[in-house]
Amino acid sequence: MTLTAPRAAGTRRRPAQGRSRARETFLLLLPALVPVLVLSVGPLVYGILLAFTDARSGRNTETSFVGLANFGDLLADGDFWESFRIGMVWAVSVTVLQFLASLGLALLLNQDLRLRGFARVLALVPWAMPPVVIGLMWRLVYHPDAGILNAVLGTDVDWLNDFSVALPAVIVVGVWMGMPQTTVVLLAGLQNVPKELHEAAGVDGAGVWRRFRSVTLPQLRPVIVAITSLDFVWNINQFSLVYVLTQGGPGGRTRLPMLFAYEEAFRYGFFGYAATLGVAITIVVLAVLGLYLWRQMREVD
Amino acid sequence: MGGRTVRTALKYLALLGYVVFLAFPLAWLLSTALKTPQEMASLDPTWIPRDPTLANFADAFGEQDLVGSATRSLAVALASAVITVLVALPAAYALARYRGALNKVAIGWVLVSQVFPVILIIIPLFMVLRGLDLVNTLPGLALVHVTFTLPFALWMLQGYVRAVPRELEEAAAVDGAGRLRALAAVVAPLLVPGVVATLLFAFISSWNEFLFALVVLKDPEVATLPLTLVKFTGPEGVVRLGPLAAASLLATIPSLAFFAVIQRRLRSGLMAGAVKG
Repeated sequence: MTLTAPRAAGTRRRPAQGRSRARETFLLLLPALVPVLVLSVGPLVYGILLAFTDARSGRNTETSFVGLANFGDLLADGDFWESFRIGMVWAVSVTVLQFLASLGLALLLNQDLRLRGFARVLALVPWAMPPVVIGLMWRLVYHPDAGILNAVLGTDVDWLNDFSVALPAVIVVGVWMGMPQTTVVLLAGLQNVPKELHEAAGVDGAGVWRRFRSVTLPQLRPVIVAITSLDFVWNINQFSLVYVLTQGGPGGRTRLPMLFAYEEAFRYGFFGYAATLGVAITIVVLAVLGLYLWRQMREVD
Repeated sequence: MGGRTVRTALKYLALLGYVVFLAFPLAWLLSTALKTPQEMASLDPTWIPRDPTLANFADAFGEQDLVGSATRSLAVALASAVITVLVALPAAYALARYRGALNKVAIGWVLVSQVFPVILIIIPLFMVLRGLDLVNTLPGLALVHVTFTLPFALWMLQGYVRAVPRELEEAAAVDGAGRLRALAAVVAPLLVPGVVATLLFAFISSWNEFLFALVVLKDPEVATLPLTLVKFTGPEGVVRLGPLAAASLLATIPSLAFFAVIQRRLRSGLMAGAVKG
């Protein structure tokens, strides 16, 4: 995947035609890409720039450039660190649990079991539901009086309002919601593992566990790395689901970074500060992903 | 032999565990939707409604708020889907046909745009909308939804364009048709399924979207369906849970239908290709 190779080859082949073609291309491309730039790239660049200003929500407030002052404030903000910690606990546990649960399900769905078709369709349903509906549905499940969970377990817990239970309860919903994508991707990966490899290992006397460890897992590795990375990014940036479930409560125990940023921006009006938080989370995500991908690549070598 | 039977039994047990975990919240939503207000108020939750009723669905349709906000959601979703495709299609065509560094930059952009938290996009968009006096308006929300859906729609569409053989287009051009004629007569019909899929995707993204709506639409008069649902129960509490469950089920129908249509492709190549991409 070199960036320059195809272009170099193209221009060398038919120079004159290539050049006029390239110009035509450019002219065709330009009007097509301008709206994309304006609508999609523009706001993001603007958002990143806001992180270095003291922008407020008021209509007539003056905005000035403050350099890295917001980042300094952020690092000194205890509420931010608490939210950041909760965000990491949430994102890492949801991603890991999602992966383990989905791998198990994908392995089962890849076998010749009855009920398989039903389970496959069922496994897709959470994907087809609006996040808000998923949140509302689980609020019904967790409802302290009218919910089914207390009725089945014979407990009397206010799952989403209890200081110690709220975060785990929300994590369970996160796993439930994210399982379909991960399962589908892992299942597709499993189906691409050549059968011959399994059979060869079987002939060599390898048991089920050995075959899984030494054949399936290495073959699946690129898919696993890709989907867990994506899951982590999606999870750390989660907002709607948790907002519907708890609004960040009780007492901020489930206030993920994006809920914190939302409050800073749209409840208290600190646009610049909230943008700084967004940039900080982006930096953390890129660092975590970079480290993770780098380690995975090194292990493959 | 015995070991094998035990193993199969364990597999079925595990599969059953998954089915229960995945299905029980759905079953509870359905059960709640079929219960009478009296049963909800009795605070004695049971799986099977004692006196099953469809009244909650009728109630949901009778609620001004719900019907009004569903209509508004529909309008926003339709508008943003159409605009997204109109904006993305020329760009997708250009990117798919003229490969080079720019193409890689664009694909890279689609991936990178996944990493940035939406808060970085929603604040500047909110400021722009305020400048244009579009806060609290449906066109404002539709515009935001377009920017939010655009990268992925672009990526989807350029894949579909790429699947149309270039030779077809060139052959038509050789036959004397101008480039635009060739596009309209040869490429456009082949792109219809891809365009429809992208329209549906954009429609569902907008229909389901919550955070942007929460920020842009402060006024309950203009709230979309997800906003109305979240605020639905209010102080009356438990008694309203039945209609809420019914309305939630109804709100799921569009995306459920969409997934029923594309689920075959989801199970096979599409997502695997997306990740390998």
